[in-house]
Amino acid sequence: MATRAKKSPARSAQTSAIKAPKPIQFTKEQELEAYRHMLLIRRFEEKAGQLYGMGFIGGFCHLYIGQEAVVTGMQMSLKEGDQVITGYRDHGHMLACGMSPRGVMAELTGRRGGLSKGKGGSMHMFSKEKHFYGGHGIVGAQVSLGTGLAFANRYRDNGNVSLAYFGDGAANQGQVYESFNMASLWKLPVIYIIENNRYAMGTSVSRASAETDFSKRGISFNIPGIQVDGMDVRAVNAAGEEAAAWARSGKGPMILEMQTYRYRGHSMSDPAKYRSKDEVQKMRSDHDPIEQVKHRLIENGWSTEDDLKKIDKDVRDIVADAADFAQSDPEPDPSELYTDILL
Amino acid sequence: MPVEILMPALSPTMEEGKLSKWLKKEGDKVTSGDVLAEIETDKATMEVEAVDEGTLGKILVPEGTDNVKVNAVIAVLLGEGESADAVSAPKAANAEAPAEEAPKQEGEAEKPAASVPAAPKAEVAADPDIPEGTEMVSTTVREALRDAMAEEMRRDPNVFVMGEEVAEYQGAYKITQGLLDEFGPRRVVDTPITEHGFAGVGVGAAMTGLRPIVEFMTFNFAMQAIDQIINSAAKTLYMSGGQMGAPMVFRGPSGAAARVAAQHSQCYAAWYSHIPGLKVVMPYSAADAKGLLKAAIRDPNPVIFLENEILYGHSFDVPKLDDFVLPIGKARIHKKGKDVTLVSFGIGMNYTVKAEAELAKMGIDAEIIDLRTIRPMDIPTVIESVKKTGRCVTIEEGYPQSSVGTEIATRVMQQAFDYLDAPILTIAGKDVPMPYAANLEKLALPNVQEIIDAVKAVTYTA
Repeated sequence: MATRAKKSPARSAQTSAIKAPKPIQFTKEQELEAYRHMLLIRRFEEKAGQLYGMGFIGGFCHLYIGQEAVVTGMQMSLKEGDQVITGYRDHGHMLACGMSPRGVMAELTGRRGGLSKGKGGSMHMFSKEKHFYGGHGIVGAQVSLGTGLAFANRYRDNGNVSLAYFGDGAANQGQVYESFNMASLWKLPVIYIIENNRYAMGTSVSRASAETDFSKRGISFNIPGIQVDGMDVRAVNAAGEEAAAWARSGKGPMILEMQTYRYRGHSMSDPAKYRSKDEVQKMRSDHDPIEQVKHRLIENGWSTEDDLKKIDKDVRDIVADAADFAQSDPEPDPSELYTDILL
Repeated sequence: MPVEILMPALSPTMEEGKLSKWLKKEGDKVTSGDVLAEIETDKATMEVEAVDEGTLGKILVPEGTDNVKVNAVIAVLLGEGESADAVSAPKAANAEAPAEEAPKQEGEAEKPAASVPAAPKAEVAADPDIPEGTEMVSTTVREALRDAMAEEMRRDPNVFVMGEEVAEYQGAYKITQGLLDEFGPRRVVDTPITEHGFAGVGVGAAMTGLRPIVEFMTFNFAMQAIDQIINSAAKTLYMSGGQMGAPMVFRGPSGAAARVAAQHSQCYAAWYSHIPGLKVVMPYSAADAKGLLKAAIRDPNPVIFLENEILYGHSFDVPKLDDFVLPIGKARIHKKGKDVTLVSFGIGMNYTVKAEAELAKMGIDAEIIDLRTIRPMDIPTVIESVKKTGRCVTIEEGYPQSSVGTEIATRVMQQAFDYLDAPILTIAGKDVPMPYAANLEKLALPNVQEIIDAVKAVTYTA
C-alpha cells in the first residue's frame, strides 16, 4: 500500500513572488470531507475509464486521477456564488462543484439525462445552478472566459471570485497572457490555477516551457504567484484561501501553480511512452493525495480502517448508481438534434 | 458476486487486440488502479488497470492470445469469501458482443437508426408599421449605430460596450462617440489591443447574463478572436443543453474600405454565415442599421453585426420613433420590379441601387431585395420574387467561392427550379487578395457595369 507522503513533490526552488502559505492543519471534519470528495472523484474516474473500455463512452475521455487534491482543496476555500471554469479534463471539477454524478456519467455515455442532455460529452458540461461554466475543449479558451466571469462579477459588484483552471500546456497559449494583462489592469477578481501535472499531452514541461516555474508567469503583469504542493489538499486549501481573500478584496488576480500529477495517460488512448512506469509508481506510492489524508485520519485516531471502509462503500454505491443510470438512461430524442442552437 | 474483467477498448476505433501479458496471477490480491495486464493493438501497448478490489479468481484468456474482442471477459475478480469454483466458462454471447452494441439496452438496439428530423422553420415577424406622419430624420449610418447603442444602454443596465478606442478616443470610426460621457467607464470599456483575449472576456461575461457589445476596430482583427466567437459564443448553448449561451453582439466594419489592401479588406458575411448558433446581420441603410442593432443587442443569441466603413458616412432617412426595432432574419424589398430579382446586402446595395437606375433607363424593371440578415437567411422572400421575375442576380463584395450569392443560387435552384428562366448569376469580389494600387483595387471590387451585364444576360437583352 502507499506510504505516507514525506516531502513536497516540488521540482524547482520556491522563487515565486509570494511564499506558499504553510499547509493549515485540517480539523477531523475537514479531513473527512476532503477524503470523501477526493475518493468520489477517484472512484468515479476509475469507473469512467472502465465504461470507456467497454464502449459505453465514446470520443475523448481525459481522467483526473492523481490530481484530486487540487479541485477539492480549492473548492473548500470558495463561497456560494464563486464560479469555476476549466478545460477538457473536467470531471473532477464538476463533482467538486457538487454536480450530480449521475448527470456527469450520463453525459459521458451520451444519454438524455446527462448534464448537457447528451449533446456536450466529456469536455463540454455546464451548470448554472452550481456556477460551473464548463468544460472547454479548446486549450486556453477557458482562461479568457474565466476572466470574463470575473469581469461580470466586478461589473455587478457582487463580491464573487472566479476560478480559471488550466494546465501547464495551456499556460503557453497567447490568450492566457492577454487575459492576465486585462485582469491585472482592471483588478478583476479571478484566481488562475495552473494545474501543472508535468505533461501537456505527451510533452514534458521542460520540453515545452522556457520558464518552468509557472508561478512566475504573471510577473510582467504584476500578478503574484504561489507554487503549491498540489498533492496535499491542505496546502491547496491554504493557498486557495489566501488567493480568494486577495481577489475578493479588490487586489486583482493571483496565480496558483499546483504541482500535481496525473496517473493515467492524457486520454484513454495514450500509451504513455514519454514517462517511465517508475515515475508514475513513485508518485502514487509517495504522494497520493487520498492516501495522505487517510494516513492522517488514522494516525490522529480520527477514523478507523472500518470507518473509512464505510465511506469507501458509500462512494462506490454512488458511483455504481451513476454508472447504472448512465447505461440505462435512453439516448436523446432525435428531435433534440435541432434544439438549443438559438434561443 | 464475482466481477467480470472485460477486454477494454482503448480508443474509439479499437475492436480487438492482443492480450500480451498478465501481470497478476490467479489468487493475487488486487486493488483499484493495479495494473492487471498488458494489451497490444496495432498502435500501442497499453495497461489494463483494475477498477474493483478483490482477488484475481480465474484468468479466462491466457497471455499471448491474439484478436481478443473488445468486451470479452478476460478474467474474474472475486470478492471476500467468494470461490473461483463458482466461475463457469465465459458467457459466449457476452464475449462476442462488439463494443458498438454494448450501450444499447431496453429495446434501443432494435430501433433502426432514426431518420434525421427536419430542421424547424422559424417564423419571422414583418417590419413594424411606421405610423402615418412620423417624422423622418436624415441620419448617417454612424449616428444611427451610436443612437441604437445609447438607447439600448439606457434601457438595459446589463448592456455595455467594450473594444479598442471605444471610450476616450470616442471610437476609431466614431461609432461610440459620446457614450463614455453618458455611461461612464464602467460601461464603455477601452481594452488593450488584444482581440482574442477581450472577445473571450466578453463571451465569459455574456455567459453570466450580461449583454456585451464587443466592438472590433475592423472584423479583419476579429480573425484573432474567431475561436472565441465560434467555439465559445456560438456553440455553448448547444453544448450546455440550453443552460447557458452568449447573449451578445460582435460588431464593427467588414469589407473593403479604400486603399487599405489585402489584410484590411475582406468581407466576413459568408464566413460567419456558415456557423449554426450565430446570427449574422449586415445592414445597408441607416434605418436598418439602427433597428437591427437594437434588435441584435436584445437578442438572446450571439449576433455578428457587420458594418461598412464606406457606408458610415452615408445618410438615410430614419423614422423618429421612441423605440424603432426591426426583425432579424427578414429581408427588405428595397424596390419593387418585375423583370429580374437583384439580391444584395450591405455595401453591395450601393452598386445594386446604381445599376438599377441604369437598367430602368434601358426599360428593365428590376426588383431589389436587401437581405439585411445573412443568417438566418430570408430565402422565402427571394423565392417569392423569383417566382415573379424568373431571373436572379446576386451582388456582394466578398470572395466568389462559397459566397452568400452561391448559397442563394443553390437554394433558389432547389426550391424554385421550375420558375427560373435563366441561370442565376453571382457577382462578387474577384478571387484575389485585395491589391493596393488604385486601378487594381477597382478591378478587384464588383462594379455597376458587371451587374448591368449580368442582368442583360439573364434577361436575354443583348
